[in-house]
Amino acid sequence: MGFNWTIIGPEIAILVTGSVILVSGLFLKKGRNSVLTAISLIGILIALSLTFKSFSITDLSFQGAVIGDRIAFFFKIIFCLGTLLTIFAASTYVGRELKGLSEFYILVFFATFGMMVMASSTDLIAIFLGLEVMSIPLYVLAGIYRKRLRSREASMKYFFLGAFASGFFLYGIALIFGAYGSTNLIEISSRFSFAGGASTFLTLAGIALILIGVGFKVAIAPFHMWAPDVYEGAPAPVTAFMSAGPKAAGFAALFRIFTVFAPVLNDKFTSILWILCVLTMTWGNVLAISQKNIKRMLAYSSIAHAGYVMIALVAGGKSGFSAAIFYLLVYTIINIGAFAVIILFIGKGEKFENISDYAGFGFKYPFAAIALTIFMLALAGIPATAGFVGKYKIFMAALNSGFYWLAIIGVINSLISVWYYIYVVVTMYMKPAEHEHPGLAFSPTLLVAVLITLILTLQLGLFPESYLKFSDLAGEHLGLMTIFQSIFNSL
Amino acid sequence: MEWPVLTWIVFLPLLGCLVILLLNKTWHNAIRWTALITAFIDFILTIILFWKFNGSNTDMQFVVGPLPWIESFGVTFSLGVDGISILLVVLTPFLTAMAIASSWTSITEKVKGFMISMLLLQTGMLGVFVATDLFLFYVFWEVMLVPMYFMIGIWGGGRKIYAAVKFVLFTMFGSLLMLLAIIKLYVMTSPDPLLRTTDFMTILNMKITPDLQVWLFLAFALAFAIKVPLFPFHTWLPDAHVEAPTAGSVILAGILLKMGTYGFLRFCLPLFPDATLQFVPLISILSLIGITYGALIAMVQKDVKSLVAYSSVAHLGFVMLGMFALTAQGVTGSILQMINHGIATGALFFLVGVIYERRHTRLIADFGGIAHVMPLYATVFLIVTLASIGLPGTNGFVGEFLILLGTFKVNPVYAAIGTAGIVLAAVYMLWMVQRVFFGKCEKEENKKLLDMNWRETFIALPIVIMIFWIGIYPKTFIDKIEPSVNKVIETVKSKALVEDESDFQAYDSSREKALEKKKANK
Repeated sequence: MGFNWTIIGPEIAILVTGSVILVSGLFLKKGRNSVLTAISLIGILIALSLTFKSFSITDLSFQGAVIGDRIAFFFKIIFCLGTLLTIFAASTYVGRELKGLSEFYILVFFATFGMMVMASSTDLIAIFLGLEVMSIPLYVLAGIYRKRLRSREASMKYFFLGAFASGFFLYGIALIFGAYGSTNLIEISSRFSFAGGASTFLTLAGIALILIGVGFKVAIAPFHMWAPDVYEGAPAPVTAFMSAGPKAAGFAALFRIFTVFAPVLNDKFTSILWILCVLTMTWGNVLAISQKNIKRMLAYSSIAHAGYVMIALVAGGKSGFSAAIFYLLVYTIINIGAFAVIILFIGKGEKFENISDYAGFGFKYPFAAIALTIFMLALAGIPATAGFVGKYKIFMAALNSGFYWLAIIGVINSLISVWYYIYVVVTMYMKPAEHEHPGLAFSPTLLVAVLITLILTLQLGLFPESYLKFSDLAGEHLGLMTIFQSIFNSL
Repeated sequence: MEWPVLTWIVFLPLLGCLVILLLNKTWHNAIRWTALITAFIDFILTIILFWKFNGSNTDMQFVVGPLPWIESFGVTFSLGVDGISILLVVLTPFLTAMAIASSWTSITEKVKGFMISMLLLQTGMLGVFVATDLFLFYVFWEVMLVPMYFMIGIWGGGRKIYAAVKFVLFTMFGSLLMLLAIIKLYVMTSPDPLLRTTDFMTILNMKITPDLQVWLFLAFALAFAIKVPLFPFHTWLPDAHVEAPTAGSVILAGILLKMGTYGFLRFCLPLFPDATLQFVPLISILSLIGITYGALIAMVQKDVKSLVAYSSVAHLGFVMLGMFALTAQGVTGSILQMINHGIATGALFFLVGVIYERRHTRLIADFGGIAHVMPLYATVFLIVTLASIGLPGTNGFVGEFLILLGTFKVNPVYAAIGTAGIVLAAVYMLWMVQRVFFGKCEKEENKKLLDMNWRETFIALPIVIMIFWIGIYPKTFIDKIEPSVNKVIETVKSKALVEDESDFQAYDSSREKALEKKKANK
C-alpha cells in the first residue's frame, strides 16, 4: 500500500510530455509540428517502456485508488499505441488544416492521461476524474478545426450530451455510495455481505446509471446518437483518435466496475446487457449501410464494433474478458489504420469525404488502396486479418458460455457489415473516377503509421499467438481485485 | 523429415505472386509467363503427388504437421491428402494453368492484378482441399473469396458489381454459420480450454449426440449447399458465372463449386453420420429438383454462357445425388463426376470465351453454321458437349453411370428421375450446338471468323485427352479413390449405429485418458 510510483509511471510520462509540448509550443514557430511529433514520439516511447517495466508488478496503491495489474498494463499499451499512431497519422493534416496548432498534441496527450487513469483506477471517483480528463480535451479536439462549421457543431453537441452523460455517471456513484458507504471498488466488494438486501435496488440503479454514463462514451445504443454527427464533424485525425482509445478506456472502466459488482448483479441485468448488445450491433450495422460519408459510415461501424465487444461482456468470465480486450486492441489498430488512409485521401478542407469520391483510386494509388482494402476486410472480419481473429475469440467466448443466439446474431451482423465495408472496395476498384483528385497528402510519419497498422493487422491475423497469450494473461487478473480485499481490510 | 510437398504445392502460387509483385506492371508478357509457369510447375508437382499416392491406403498421406500455429485456439497447421481430395488437388492447378493461358489475349488491362488474383485463388483452393484442421480450412475457404470477388468485379462484364457483391454475400452467409459450428466443435473437444483443438482427426473421433448433430450438420451444410449450389441456393451462380471473365468462370465452375461437394463429403458425412442419414431424403430431392430445374432453365437460355452456367446446377445435382446415395458406386461416381464436370464445364467456358473474344457476343441467335468456318473449334466443342451430356466413351458417362447405379440400389425412383435429367441435358446441349454450329453460315460477321490458333489448340488438347482417358480407362483414377470412399461410407454407417447413451460415456472416459496422456507427454 503506500505510494508506488512505478505503477503510475506511464501516466506521469504522458502528463509530462503534454506539459512539455504546452510550453515548447509557445516558443516554436507555427507550423513546426515535426518537432512536436518528435517530442510526442519520445514521450510515448518513455511511457511504453515504463509500462513494460511495470508488467511484473501487481500492486494496489494511493489509498487503494490505483491498481497496477495486467489489465491496466494491457490497456495502457492500447492507449500508447493509439496515441502514437494518431499523432503519426495526423502530422500532415495538422500542418495543413490546423496551421500546426500545438494544442492538438497537448489535448491528445491530456486525453490519453485521462484514459490511463480510467483503466487503472479502482475508485469510482478516480474513474470519474479520468473520464472527465479524457472527455474535456475530446470536446475541444472535436471543435479544433474552427473554420469548419460542422466541426464547431460537433464540439457543441458532444459537449452538451457528454456533460449530461457525466451527470448520469456521478449520480450512479452517489447511489452506490449510498448503498455501501464507499466509492472504493475494493472496499465495496468487501461490504457486500454486510449491506444486506435493502441495498440491491440502490446498487442496480447505481450500476444502471453508470452503464448509461459510460455507455455514452463508448457509444452503446441507444446512447450512441452523438457519435455519427461528432465523428463526421470532427477533423479526421481527431475522429481516428476518438474512435479507438476512449472506447477502450470506457470498456476498461465498465469491466472494472462490473467485475466487482458481479456477485450482486442478477440474471436480469445480464439480459438487459444482452438486449443492449444486440441493439448496438444491429443499429450500427444497419444504419452504416446507407451512409455516403466515410467518416459517418465508420462512426456507425464503431457503434457496431462496440456491440461485438459487448458480446464478450455478456459472455463474461476470463475468456470473455480476454476476448474483449484483444478485440479492443485489434479494433484500435485497424481503425486508426483505416483513418490514416482516409487522411491521405481527404484533401484540403476535407473535400473528399464521401465514399463515392474514392472511385478509381484502386489503380491510381495502388498502395494506399490495397491498405484501405485490407483494413476494410479486417473490419469485416475476413480471415488472415486481425479482425477475424478478434471476432473468432469473441464468438468463442459466447459459445463457451452458452450464448448461442447472441453468437448467431453476431455473425449475421458481421455479414451485414461486409456489405458496407466491401462497398468502399467496390468504389475504389470497380467504379470509374468522377472527380480530379489533387494527389495524396503524403508524409513520412503518415506512411509509417499506415505501415505499422498494416503489418500489425496482418501479423495479428496470421500469427496472433503472442498477443493472444498476453490478453489471456490479462484475463487472469480479472479476479485480482478481490484478492486485494484482504490487503485493504488489514489497513 | 520428409520434404513437405503439400506445403510447397499450396504456397508455390503465393511465391509466384511475390515474383509478379516485383515486376513492372507494363511487362505484360513477363507477368503472364511467370503466372503460367508457376501454375504449371504446381501442376507437375501434383502429378508427381498423384503418381506416388497409394490408393489402397485410406489414411491421410503426405501429411504435413500438425505444427503448432495458434496455440491459444488449439489451431494446428496440418495438411494431408486422401482418396477424396487427391483428384481435386490435381485438377486445381490443371484448370488454373488453363485459365491463365486462356486469358492471354482476352485480359489486356491490369494484367498484374489479374494474375496475382489468379495465383492467390490457386493457393486458396488448394489449401481448402488439403487442410486437415478446421480453422485452417475455414481460413482458406474465406480468403479465397477475396481474389474471386476482385476477378468478377474488376474484369467482369455487364452487371459485374452486382454479381461480385452477390457472390460474396451469399457465400459469406453460409460460411459464417459454419464458423460458429466449427467453434462449437472446438469447444466440445475437451472441457479443459488448454486441451481443445480444431484438428480434424481429433474431432472426427468425437461422439456427438444426434440432436446436436442436426444443428451442426445444418450449419455446415448451408455453407456447402450455397457453394455447390444446391437448389434453392443457386441464384448467385448464373450472375457470377455469366459476368465473370472467361478465366473466372472456368475456375468458378471447375473448382469453386467442387469445394461445396468436397465439403459435404469430407466434413458433413463423417462428422455427423446420424444427421446425414436423417437428411438423405431432403438433399436427394433437392438434388433432383436441381437436376430438372437447371436443365429446364438452361433449355430456354439465349446466351451460351448462361446456358452452360445453368447446366452446372444440373450437373452438380448429380454429384449430390450420388453422394447421398451412400453406396460405394454412388460416392465414387460422385467424386469422378466432380472431376468430369470440372474438365467439361471448364472447357465449355473456355470455348465460349474463344468465340466471345472474336465476336464479342454470346447470343445463340448471332451464330449459326460456325462449323463451316471454324472446323477445329466445332470438333472440340462437340467432343466437350458430348462429354458433358455423358456419351459412352467419354468421361461424363462413367461418372453419371456410377451415380445412377449407386442411386438405383437404394432408391430406384430417384435414379429414374435422374435419368430423365440426362435426357434433358442432351436436349439443351445438342440443340444449342445445332443452332450455333450447323446449318448455313448466313451472317457476314461469322464468315470471316478465324479458327482456333495454336495457343487455344494447345489448351484444348489436354482436355480432349482427359475426356477420353477417363471415359475409356477410368481405372487409373477410380483405383485411387475407391478405398477412401469405402472408408467414408463405413464411417457413416458404423458411427451412426452407436445410439446407446452408455456407449457415449464409455467413449468419453477413454478419450479423456488419451488426452491426459498427451498432456503428460507435453
